[in-house]
Amino acid sequence: MPSSPKIALEVRGLSIAFVETDGSLEVLDNLSFTVEVNSFVCVIGPSGGGKSTLLRALSGLLTPSAGEIRFPHPSHIGPQTGMVFQKPNLMPWRTLFDNISLPLELAGRSKEEIQQATQEMIDLVGLHGFEKSYPHELSGGMAQRVAIARSLVQDPEILLLDEPFGQLDALTRERMGEELLRIWGERRKTVLMVTHSISEAIYLADRVLVMTRRPAQISLDLPITLPRPRTEEMRYQPEFGRLAQLVHEQLSQNDDAMAMPTKSKVA
Amino acid sequence: MTKLQNPLTPKVQLQRLTSQRWVMAVLALLFGLVLWQLLWMLLKLPAFILPSPAMVWQKFLVSLSSGLLWRHFSFTLLEVLLGLLIGSSLAALLGYFLSKSAWLENFVSPYLVASQSVPVVAIAPLLVIWFGPGIFSKVLICSLTVFFPVLINTLVGLREVPQDLRELMRSLRATPAQTLRYLELPASLPVFLGGLRVGATLSVIGAIVGELVGSDRGLGFLINVGRGQYDTALVFVAVITLMALAAALYGLILLLESRLLAWQTWRKTV
Repeated sequence: MPSSPKIALEVRGLSIAFVETDGSLEVLDNLSFTVEVNSFVCVIGPSGGGKSTLLRALSGLLTPSAGEIRFPHPSHIGPQTGMVFQKPNLMPWRTLFDNISLPLELAGRSKEEIQQATQEMIDLVGLHGFEKSYPHELSGGMAQRVAIARSLVQDPEILLLDEPFGQLDALTRERMGEELLRIWGERRKTVLMVTHSISEAIYLADRVLVMTRRPAQISLDLPITLPRPRTEEMRYQPEFGRLAQLVHEQLSQNDDAMAMPTKSKVA
Repeated sequence: MTKLQNPLTPKVQLQRLTSQRWVMAVLALLFGLVLWQLLWMLLKLPAFILPSPAMVWQKFLVSLSSGLLWRHFSFTLLEVLLGLLIGSSLAALLGYFLSKSAWLENFVSPYLVASQSVPVVAIAPLLVIWFGPGIFSKVLICSLTVFFPVLINTLVGLREVPQDLRELMRSLRATPAQTLRYLELPASLPVFLGGLRVGATLSVIGAIVGELVGSDRGLGFLINVGRGQYDTALVFVAVITLMALAAALYGLILLLESRLLAWQTWRKTV
């Protein structure tokens, strides 16, 4: 391991405020963090706390009010970010193959390139044989795999995932987590994933960033020291429980400190 | 995945047959013909009030072989198709820009609403006065009738493009032209084609109204001639040809829909 690991993403003093009719709503407040190359980082925080806003800013869908977002090592032709949304967001009139190849078509790649890269992605996410299927013929887990393949097909610097498994049932969700770790292992990619599941964050990530309520700041930057490859049994080990407790305590502290009496929620 | 097969009893066979759309359509047509024939035999009306189906058929064959029917039919067909083409293209174009700009929509919508509160029949004479009895005034009338439903459906279709997919296109840094081609066009196509289907039948109505008001050719003109000569069989021939034209256009667009929207077939079966 080199002494100073490469940085894939650097966020400095990032603030985002939305102008609303009754004044402005500050969502992110002076956020700073870095993400190392090829690491898997999970962001966790209260719902409506600006996690999605952070990802949208990173993917260029939102312009920050202040601060900067840097990708210090733009290594190749691919885009900086690939985004996976909460919903698969597949085009119902396109086949599975054509949904995955969409970013390449938009980028104007050659037919051969599109064919090859898309097929490679389909094999990677284990959907071989479903190339000609339409989205309505796919299960929720399959559809989200298509979305992941689509975001990876251009080989982006960083994969951004916005609660990608939130709409799946518990078992599918765990399987998709495994699947994501396998893909990450094969592709060696920097991943930044937003989630609201503590166990999911700890199971998947190298580091967990805990965010506060709005205006959001990072209140805990927790390295996950569990060895890799992660296995199902780790979920029941004391170390896993200790980390989960740390995150949970931090989350509820944030909640207590910020919650208005009228807004106190358990969920 | 074995499916239970019903035994092919005569009853089941009949059920299958009647569940086919065209079978029922043909039956309905036959029923109408029989009713017509019975009515004619019962009432014994003179031919200039109600001709028999056989008389109309005879008239049809005569006017077909003399080239009379084709001469007028082709003219109306040309008007209808040109009107449909021009009206729907302009409507689609304007619809696209209106969907992109709220102020433009607010600016144009009073005119759109006003234009719709005036029936074409009312302004057709005016247009014929202004633009003459030739083909131009008819194509104009057809375009006007087609324009509104297609415009509205274009607007609705574009507005119903899922916001999530727009976001996806933005995250992929798609240009406006790419968003149009890869997202807006395919996503709004079902609603647009629905508008086109309505527009096609309206275009036929527009052409006939224009021809009735003032023309020297076309099926509407033929109706006028038949009426003037108390040749009611000829009127029937023209009207039935007209109906066939409208039905054929409608069917053609349905066919287009089923081709273009193959991905949507599951909606109909569910």
